[in-house]
Amino acid sequence: MPTEVQIKCRNIWKIFGDNPKRFMKRHKGAPTPEALKEAGYIGAVQDVSFDVHAGEILIIMGLSGSGKSTLVRCITRLNDPTAGEMEYEGRDLLKISERELIDIRRHKMGMVFQSFGLLPNRDVLENVAFPLEVQGMDKAERVQRAKDMIELVGLQGRESYFPRELSGGQQQRVGIARSLAVEPDIWFLDEPFSALDPLIRAEMQDEFMRLQQKLKKTIVFITHDFEEATKLADRIGIMKDGRMVQLDTPEQIVLNPADDYVAEFARNAPRERIVSVGTIMKPIDPAAEGSVPVSAKIGTVAQQVLTANRPLAVVDDAGQIIGSVTREDVATTIFSRDAA
Amino acid sequence: MTDATADRFKPAKGGYELKPTYWTVVFAITVAALLFHLISPGVLPDRWWPEWEVPAEEWLTTRIEWLKSDASIFGIAFKDITRGIGEGLKAPVKWAEYVLYRGHANLPWFWLALILASVVAYISTLRNAIIAALVFLLPVLLGLFLGDAAPEAITSLPKSLSDGLKAIGAKALYGPIPWVAIAAGVILLGHWIGGWRLALLCAATMLYLAIFNVWKDTMRTMTIVVVAVPMAAFIGVVLGIWVTRSKIAARIITPIFDLMQAVPHMAYLAPVAALFALGPVTALIATVVFAMPPMARCTILGLQTVPEEIIESGKMSGCTRRQSLWKVALPSGKRTLMLGVNQVVMQTFAMVVIASIAGAQGLGHKLLYSLQQLKLGTAIELGIAISVVAIVLDRLTQGYANKETDHFAAAKSWAQRHKHMLAFLVILVLSYIAAIWFRDVTIPPSKLTYTGAEGKVTLFDPKALARWMDAGIREFNKNAFDYINPIRDWVTLNFLIPVRNFFLWMPWPVFVFVIGAAAWRYGGISVLLLCLALMASFIVTGFWVETMKTTYLVLIAALLCVIIGVPLGIWAARSERVANVLMPVCDTLQTFPSFIYLIPAIMLFRVGDFANVFAIIPYATVPAIRYTYLGLKRIPEVTVEAAIANGTTKRQRLWKVELPIAIPEIMLGLNQTIMMALAMTAITALIGSTDLGQEVVRSISTQNFGRGILAGFFIAALGIIADRIIGSWADERKKQLGIG
Repeated sequence: MPTEVQIKCRNIWKIFGDNPKRFMKRHKGAPTPEALKEAGYIGAVQDVSFDVHAGEILIIMGLSGSGKSTLVRCITRLNDPTAGEMEYEGRDLLKISERELIDIRRHKMGMVFQSFGLLPNRDVLENVAFPLEVQGMDKAERVQRAKDMIELVGLQGRESYFPRELSGGQQQRVGIARSLAVEPDIWFLDEPFSALDPLIRAEMQDEFMRLQQKLKKTIVFITHDFEEATKLADRIGIMKDGRMVQLDTPEQIVLNPADDYVAEFARNAPRERIVSVGTIMKPIDPAAEGSVPVSAKIGTVAQQVLTANRPLAVVDDAGQIIGSVTREDVATTIFSRDAA
Repeated sequence: MTDATADRFKPAKGGYELKPTYWTVVFAITVAALLFHLISPGVLPDRWWPEWEVPAEEWLTTRIEWLKSDASIFGIAFKDITRGIGEGLKAPVKWAEYVLYRGHANLPWFWLALILASVVAYISTLRNAIIAALVFLLPVLLGLFLGDAAPEAITSLPKSLSDGLKAIGAKALYGPIPWVAIAAGVILLGHWIGGWRLALLCAATMLYLAIFNVWKDTMRTMTIVVVAVPMAAFIGVVLGIWVTRSKIAARIITPIFDLMQAVPHMAYLAPVAALFALGPVTALIATVVFAMPPMARCTILGLQTVPEEIIESGKMSGCTRRQSLWKVALPSGKRTLMLGVNQVVMQTFAMVVIASIAGAQGLGHKLLYSLQQLKLGTAIELGIAISVVAIVLDRLTQGYANKETDHFAAAKSWAQRHKHMLAFLVILVLSYIAAIWFRDVTIPPSKLTYTGAEGKVTLFDPKALARWMDAGIREFNKNAFDYINPIRDWVTLNFLIPVRNFFLWMPWPVFVFVIGAAAWRYGGISVLLLCLALMASFIVTGFWVETMKTTYLVLIAALLCVIIGVPLGIWAARSERVANVLMPVCDTLQTFPSFIYLIPAIMLFRVGDFANVFAIIPYATVPAIRYTYLGLKRIPEVTVEAAIANGTTKRQRLWKVELPIAIPEIMLGLNQTIMMALAMTAITALIGSTDLGQEVVRSISTQNFGRGILAGFFIAALGIIADRIIGSWADERKKQLGIG
C-alpha cells in the first residue's frame, strides 16, 4: 500500500443554513446532530478526517443525502467547507488564493461528473480541449492533445459530434477524456457511472480499470453502489448522515464492519470476489500440500481449496510458503454472513 | 375589531377551515355598507375629502420643471445632461434614417460600421456578436461625448467625391440601401434561418410592403427598431449578468422590473417626454427602457438555469470567473438569451408603433392618423403591414434562437458556408448600380404602372384600393349599423353604464375593505400593507374617479375574456385538432402590437366603452386560453387515468378532477389577462375614453407630464394589486395541491 499522503483532510464540516459560521462558533466547532436539527441547519459533512494516498483508488460510498458529493466538492473547493483543514501536497487548500486554486485545477486536478457536465454548445473535440483552452494552450497543441485523449477513451471519429448526439456512455467518455486532458495528478469522479444503464456501467467500470492501470492516478471516486465500490477500490470510506463511519479496505469492511449500517451493505456483498487468500490464511501448516497465491481472491481458488482433502499452502509472489488455508476457512468466509 | 374576532380572522396559512366564515362575514359587511350608503347617502365618503388631498400632481410637475431648469449633478446642469443624451442618440437615429430610406450626400461612416457589425455577427460566436453590438453602439458613444460635431467629421465622404458622383448622375450611389437589396437581404436571412418556408413568408411580406406603398413608413419605424434593439439587448444583458452576480443588485433591480412589467407601454412615454422634447429620441429612449427588462429577465433565467454541473465542470477545468461567464455560462444559456432577443425585438416594434403619439414617425403614426380620420381602408392596409412585419420579425428571431449549429460546416468551402452573405453582397452592389438608372429600385413606386403602346396604365394603386375599401366599409356600416348600433347601445345602456355607475357610486372605503380583505386572507400582512398603500396612492391624490373607470372597464373585459377563453382552453386541451389550430392563433395574436386591435373595434363600433371592451378582448383573452390549456395539460396522466378507472364520466372528470387541479394555473391566466387588459386601456384611450389611460395619452399632447406619470403609475398599481392577491391565492392553492 502506497503511503505518501497527497491530500490530508482533518475535521471537515460543511453546514448549510442561515449563518453556518456563527452556528459553528456557538457550538465550539462541534455541534451535535441534535443541535443541528433543532437550529434547522443541515450538516451535510460532519467532522470528517481522512488521507488520500498517492496512487490509490479511494472510494467514498454512501446513499443519497449522506454527504459524499458535498465532501468531494469541499476537497475540490467547489464548495467551501464551513470548518476544517485540508492540505494538498503540503499546501493549505483553504488558505491559497483564487489564482493558486485555479492553477491547481488547471494542472493538478481533473473531475468527472454524474450527469457529465459537458458544454452543449461545443463538439466533442472542443469539450475535451476546453480545459487546455482556458489555460491558454495554443490551438494546434491542444487539438493534438485532445485528439490523443479522445483516442484513449475510444471515441475517435466522433470529434465533431455534439454532446446531445452521443449516448450516455459516450458522453461520459468525453467527460473522462476532458478531465484527463490536463494530465492531472489527482482525479475526482463523482458518481461517474450512476447515470448509465447496468450493462454500459459494467463496461465503463472495466474501461476505468484499464485506464487506471495505464495512468496510475490518485483517485477519489464517489458512488452509491457498494458493489461498484468493492470492485474498484483500494480503500472505501462509507458515509452516513454526513459522517464517515468506516474507512478501510474492502476486505476489512466486509469482514469487520464497524457498525450495523456497514454490516447491512456487507451482508450481500460477493465476498468470494473481495476477500483474498492472505486475509483468511493461517500459519504455515507442515501438512499442507499444493499451493495458492496469497493475493488471489478466494473465489478464484475456491474450487481448488474445496476439493482438496488437506489444507493448501499459501505462497507469496516469490513462491515462498507463508501460510496455509483450509476448506473450512473458505467455506465459512463465503457462506457464513456473520463470520469474521 | 375585538381581539377574539381578530384571532379568528388571522390569515390562515394553508388552512382552509375559516374560508366560508371569513368570506360570509366580508360579504355581509360589504352588503350592509352598500345598503347603508343607498339609504343614507353622504355618510360614507364617496370621494376623498378635498381639503386632505395630497397635491402629488403639482408636486411632480414642479419637480419636473425643477429638473428641466435648475437641477444639476456634480455641477453639470441636468438639462445639459439630457440634451447631451438627446443629441447623442439623435446621431444613430439619423444615420439609420440615411441608410434605410433617406440617403445622404455624405456616405455615413455608420454604414460601414453596420455592415462590419453584421459580417462579424454572421460568421461568429456570441462573443463576437456582442462586440458587433458594441461597434454598433460606438456612434452613440461618440455622439454622447463629442456632440453633433463628431459625426460630421467622421462620416463625411470627401466633398469632391460626392460632387463627382452627382455630376455623373450617379446620385443613387449615396442614396439609401435600395429596397430591392433590403428585401433580398430579409429573404436571404429567412432562408438561412428557416429554409424555403420562411424565405417565402419574408418574400410575401416584402412584396406587400412594396406594392401597398408602406415601404418608407416601415423603414421609418425600423429606424428606431434597429437602433433600439442592440441598445436594449446590451443593457439588458449587462443588468441581467449583474443581478446574477450581486445580491445587492438583485435586491434593487428585481422589484423595479416587477413594477416596470406592470406599467403599460404608453405610460413610458410621459416621463421620457417630460425630460426630452417630443420626437424620435423620446420614442427611442422610451422604447429602450420598455424593451430592456425582458432581455434582463431572460439573461437571468438563462444564467440561472445552466445546470450546476456544467458550471462546476467549467470551474474544475480551471476557468477564472470571467472565463466561467463568457465560455461556460453564457454559451450554455444561449438559447434563452436568444429568446430574450426575440422578446426585445417584438417589444421594441410594439413600442415604436405606439410611440407615434410621442413623435415617432412611421407605421404607427400613419395608422393613428388614419384611424382618427376614420380612413379605415388605409388603416386596414397599415394594420396588415404592421401585423406581417411583426410576424416576420418574430419568426426570424425565434428561428435564429432555435437554429442548430451546422457541424459539417468545417467540411465546406468558405464560399459555401457564407453563400447567403455573398448573395446579399452581390445583390446589394447590383441594386446600387441599377438604381443609377431606375429610381424604383431605391424606393418602391407609389403605384404599379405599366408603360405600353397605349401609354401609362395603372396596374395597382393602393390608395385607390383604400378608397374602395373605405367606400365598402361605409356601405357595410350603413346597412350593418342598423343591426349593430342597437345592440351596442342596448349593452352600453343596460350593462356597461350601470356597472360603471355602480363603481363611481360605491364609497371608497367599501372598495378598500373588499380588496384589503382579499389581500389579508391570501397574502397576509405584507400583501395587505402593499395593497393599502397602492390604493391610498390613487385615493388621496384625487384620481379615484379615473381609477374606478379603468377598474370597471378592465373587470368587465377580464370577465368576458374568461368567459370566452376558459372554454376555448378546455376545448383545446380535449382535442388535439383544436389545439393545433388554436395555439398558433394565440401565438400570432400575441405577436401583433396591441395598437392594431383598435382597427376592427373602430370599424364596427366607432368609439365608446363598448368599442374599448371589444378592442381589449382579442388581446387579453390569449392568456386565459393558454393558461387553461396548460393547466389542464399539466395534470399528471395517472391522475386522469385514476379518475377514469373510478368510473367518472367526462363531465364529472372535468368538474371534479381536472378543473380543481388546474384552477391555480387558470387563475394565473386571469392575472395575465387583467395585466394585458390594463395595458390595453391605455391604448384604447387613443380612440376615446375617460379613464386613467386617457390621462396618460392626454398628458403627452398637453405637456402635463406630472398627471401622465401619476396615471401611468396608478394603472400599474391596479395591476400589482391584482397580481399580488391572485398570485398569493394561486401559490397557496398550489401548495395545498402539492404542485407548487
